[in-house]
Amino acid sequence: MKARHAFLVMLVCAGMTPAAAAEAPSGAASCTGCHAEEPNVDTPVPRLGGQDANVMVAAMQAYRSGQRPATVMDRIAKGFSEDEIKAIAAWFVMQR
Amino acid sequence: MFPLPLLAQGAQPRIVVIGGGFAGATAARFLKRADPRLNVTLIEPNPVFAACPFSNEVIAGLRDMRAQLFGYDRIATAGVVVVHQAATAVDGQTRTVTLGSGAKLAYDRLVLAPGSDLRFDALRGYDEAAAERMPHAWKAGQQTLLLRRQLEAMEDGGTVVMTLPALPYRCPPASYERASLIAHYLKTKKPRSKLVVLDAKDTFSMQRLFESAWQELYPNLEWLSVSSGGNPTAVDAAAMTVSSDFDTYKAAVANIIPPQKAGRIAELAGTADRTGWCPVDPVTFESRLVPGIHVLGDAAIAGAVPKSAFAANAAAKICAAAVAKLVFGEAPAVPKFVNTCYSLVAPDYGISVAGVYQPVNGQWLEVEGAGGISPVDAPRAFRSQEAKFANGWFNTITSEIFG
Repeated sequence: MKARHAFLVMLVCAGMTPAAAAEAPSGAASCTGCHAEEPNVDTPVPRLGGQDANVMVAAMQAYRSGQRPATVMDRIAKGFSEDEIKAIAAWFVMQR
Repeated sequence: MFPLPLLAQGAQPRIVVIGGGFAGATAARFLKRADPRLNVTLIEPNPVFAACPFSNEVIAGLRDMRAQLFGYDRIATAGVVVVHQAATAVDGQTRTVTLGSGAKLAYDRLVLAPGSDLRFDALRGYDEAAAERMPHAWKAGQQTLLLRRQLEAMEDGGTVVMTLPALPYRCPPASYERASLIAHYLKTKKPRSKLVVLDAKDTFSMQRLFESAWQELYPNLEWLSVSSGGNPTAVDAAAMTVSSDFDTYKAAVANIIPPQKAGRIAELAGTADRTGWCPVDPVTFESRLVPGIHVLGDAAIAGAVPKSAFAANAAAKICAAAVAKLVFGEAPAVPKFVNTCYSLVAPDYGISVAGVYQPVNGQWLEVEGAGGISPVDAPRAFRSQEAKFANGWFNTITSEIFG
């Protein structure tokens, strides 16, 4: 195990690990099934890319507590913790 | 824990994806997106994909078939090598895929997304020839149009008979959506006709929502469960009859949805178990039977995860991220994902079921307290809003995959 760790550290230092776009946090990849990434998609569902993180977190909290009326987001928001919601919101801010 | 594969320095890991539906096409595109260094090949015999979601609207005359068709050009532009051939064999030992042409492709990791196959040995009298008279229309395309034409040509007053199989099968709510939309078509265009639904189940997803809508909208729809004698047992395509435990029905049009199993190549690859479906690890969707092969979409047995297009797409994105890490010897993140399935009971009447899933003790389980069905007592404006969201979902998901 130690040898493996040392090898991985070397890889990291040499910049050889996958350096592609930052990975979506847990749960975030599902959002774009309904919330379009592209601006030209015909849908009444709002895009999330570039949204204000605080606004998104507040919306998810309100969906979760039932304070904000919803068709399906209330049911979905209840499946995510405070930390998960913050991580997802922070990630979508970067997706413009 | 995750052994480093033997990759020559600078060599591109080779990922082969079999099947260009919601699961496979998503996986191919998101593998390339996760890491452009991956060499991704998508194997799909059909040059045009015909989507099943919303094909019930085509059957009911509410939508043009062309709205269901998608090409692979943009997936190729995204850097995926698209090969329009069938995969005829998979060797999990030597890690090679054989194509229809006889050519062999080597892979470091294989993603299998062959969808579901219809079992033509499961309902007495229902084989491929019978399906030309009694369409299943459970794979979108010619079968969809055949059922559409039969309904259009039927005389007013004829009886439409549907049969529904036991679980598991591709997108069960879609069979009740279809019953609803056929009933809608009959009500508006063939008011003297009726629909009889013979079901191999007693309960089903969103049952309270469907039944209350049927009560309100469709007196022409008769649903017969197993305990009310509805279990379908045999068909006779020449006589156009459908038999249940208790009765035989003469059908003007018959729509037979037979029992199903994972697509054939999953069985050939050794990834299907005795149930006919493929058990997988929840974090990576790697087969529990053959290492190096990941199984996605309808073909997989993934705990509580439904066989829906939404889940296929969401799971494929998770699998793509995991595979992009595994090939470089890294540990994949523990994922979580959402499923949302819309069904249309009428053109402006949508209902939904949602769930949030996470791996617990080696199984995908629903997060408790989340998910569930649309409220039973919601006003019509709510149903109308969900119908609009259903349309938006289809446009969004197909744009993400094929656009």
